[in-house]
Amino acid sequence: MKITLKLYASLTQYLPDGAVRGEIDIDVDDASSIAAVLDSHGVPPEHCHLVLHNGLYVGPSERADAVLGDGDALAVWPPVAGG
Amino acid sequence: MALTNKVLRVNLSNGTCESEATNAEWAKKYLGQRGLATKYMVEEVDPKVDALSADNKLIFATGPLTGTAAPTSGRWSVITKSPLTGAIACSNSGGFFGAEMKNAGWDMIIFEGKSDGPVYLDITNDQAELKDASNMWGKTVWETEDMLREIRGDNDIRCASIGPAGESGVLFAAVVNDKDRAAGRSGVGTVMGSKNLKAIAVRGTVGTQVGDAMKFMQAAGAAKQILADNAVTGEGLPTYGTQVLMNVINETGALPTRNANDVQFEGASKIGGEAMHEIRESDGQANLVSNNACFGCPISCARISKIDPEHFTVKGRPEYQINSGGLEYESAWSLGAATGVDDLEALTYCNFICNELGMDPISLGSTIAAAMDLYKEGAITDEDTGGMKLEFGNTKALVAIVEATGRGEGFGVEIGQGSRRMCEKYGRPELSMTVKSQEFPAYDPRGIQGMGLTYATSNRGACHLRSYTVASEVLGIPEKTDPLTPDGKAGLVKAFQDATAVVDSSGTCIFTTFALTMDDIAPMIDADLEGDWSSETLMELGERVWNLERKFNMDAGLTAADDTLPQRLLKEAAKTGPAKGKVNELDKMLPEYYELRGWTADGVPSNETLDRLKL
Repeated sequence: MKITLKLYASLTQYLPDGAVRGEIDIDVDDASSIAAVLDSHGVPPEHCHLVLHNGLYVGPSERADAVLGDGDALAVWPPVAGG
Repeated sequence: MALTNKVLRVNLSNGTCESEATNAEWAKKYLGQRGLATKYMVEEVDPKVDALSADNKLIFATGPLTGTAAPTSGRWSVITKSPLTGAIACSNSGGFFGAEMKNAGWDMIIFEGKSDGPVYLDITNDQAELKDASNMWGKTVWETEDMLREIRGDNDIRCASIGPAGESGVLFAAVVNDKDRAAGRSGVGTVMGSKNLKAIAVRGTVGTQVGDAMKFMQAAGAAKQILADNAVTGEGLPTYGTQVLMNVINETGALPTRNANDVQFEGASKIGGEAMHEIRESDGQANLVSNNACFGCPISCARISKIDPEHFTVKGRPEYQINSGGLEYESAWSLGAATGVDDLEALTYCNFICNELGMDPISLGSTIAAAMDLYKEGAITDEDTGGMKLEFGNTKALVAIVEATGRGEGFGVEIGQGSRRMCEKYGRPELSMTVKSQEFPAYDPRGIQGMGLTYATSNRGACHLRSYTVASEVLGIPEKTDPLTPDGKAGLVKAFQDATAVVDSSGTCIFTTFALTMDDIAPMIDADLEGDWSSETLMELGERVWNLERKFNMDAGLTAADDTLPQRLLKEAAKTGPAKGKVNELDKMLPEYYELRGWTADGVPSNETLDRLKL
């Protein structure tokens, strides 16, 4: 299945070639977990502060069990803030 | 002790500058800056005064930590009655002006009356004099600062001034200091212009003195270490600035787009913090040149940008092919997502113009967005706009109307009255995205529920910097809460409001609170000032300041009916994203908030609350 992987700020370095403005559509195994997808791209878990699955926050303890679906968006940031 | 205990009172009507003692009793109850200046406003100004009359006062205020070795000690504020909202105005700025004013020996400068002709205030330590500014009237902020440096023959002076927008009565004119830092909101620059006060130039070499130097340096050192070690203040903000939020808030489904018709902007990734780092094909440079710091700031979140020299806004105009203050999240949102424009270079140019001509980009962009909505709805036509096609996404129209507003030309005059007045004039008041006549900022309350209560109850009209619950609801600071529920938000908003009032009264930056708690801030104030200053006493002080501002507003004629949101946010559901189908549930939060505040069901502070807070 396909998902859209979005990595921002200092995490853009973990995006595969072909990503445009922080995002890329990628093929993943059916029922992949959020943690598995991030691990497969080498994103250090300790840098994954804000993880949004279709815009909804997924806490650190939920990421291993949170399953992605076809067409889903996974967006991740390190600790950031603004105002 | 790091109050200078001196106030400079400047009577613009008779041209006098007199020194007086800071009211020490009031300082114990209101600390400084926002709190103390509000107390002076309450005691000295009729809240019903016409904000643009000579009877209004304009206070430039520092806090007890301003100009000290505390981290982020460059903050200062302008306090007055707002001509935009009719409420108390307190606009906070950074840069270097505030620290220079404090180091010249002044806690506050109170301007009263009105000058017959244009003047500027010239300060060197305890010497202060009003001087003729006829040759500066009509000049931009940038030109005025250059002129003052040349007149003084001293590049080390610091300046705060208004541009043509403040002179011509744009109701959201800013006071701009150090060329690209601003006390931006609520029209404090408009009040300054109404008094024929063009600028303040200050040089201060007296310095500040804290109460217990050893204890103070230990507390300040500990705070600096926390800021350096924290991932947000030590790395995230320095690298990406506030603009990193563009993609975050868009993904969250809370980015007000095209005058809040939508909550997600398809062009967000083109105008966010990451885009500012991208190398341009035209000149091989990025929009972002570097980050920048205000006085005493180890965070350095500010942006310095240079516009693509080939971009239509600056091609052949070398005066704009410079390094200057770049886009913050708020200005990128208001000028960009709110208007549907995704041209990063054009937005940077418009932000330059806001600094140069002296305008609040939040109110400006939001009012232009409302005008684009009016245009779409046919409520205004080419005849009204002078042929300008004010369509969402029209970059050239955006640039043209920004320039026209700052110069007071054409349809820009209508934009300069702000969204509420403009929308009422053209018969569509519901298209104004305002609270208490002030345009709301870059967080849609349908997707971040607590921000709805924040906007509705803000004492200066819609504002994110009165209780930034985004920190908790989206960013997880200090702990994550659900942005889509109204539950628990009343207490969250009250806590943020009271803590923010403390920080805004101290002379430091609210961004420190991404890392510091009140337990980290209190020791610096305790070492700085006489008396016992704990987290508890400070939080009570913050609550006192909040209630004092509320009292000013109620005496000015505002009521609980003003604690509301635009109907679009209460009735029209979000169309996309996590908040799809949701409106803001203000009705569930507001009664609980009043109760937590110790106010009546009509939003009036009870006698018990006033007594408890010694008001």
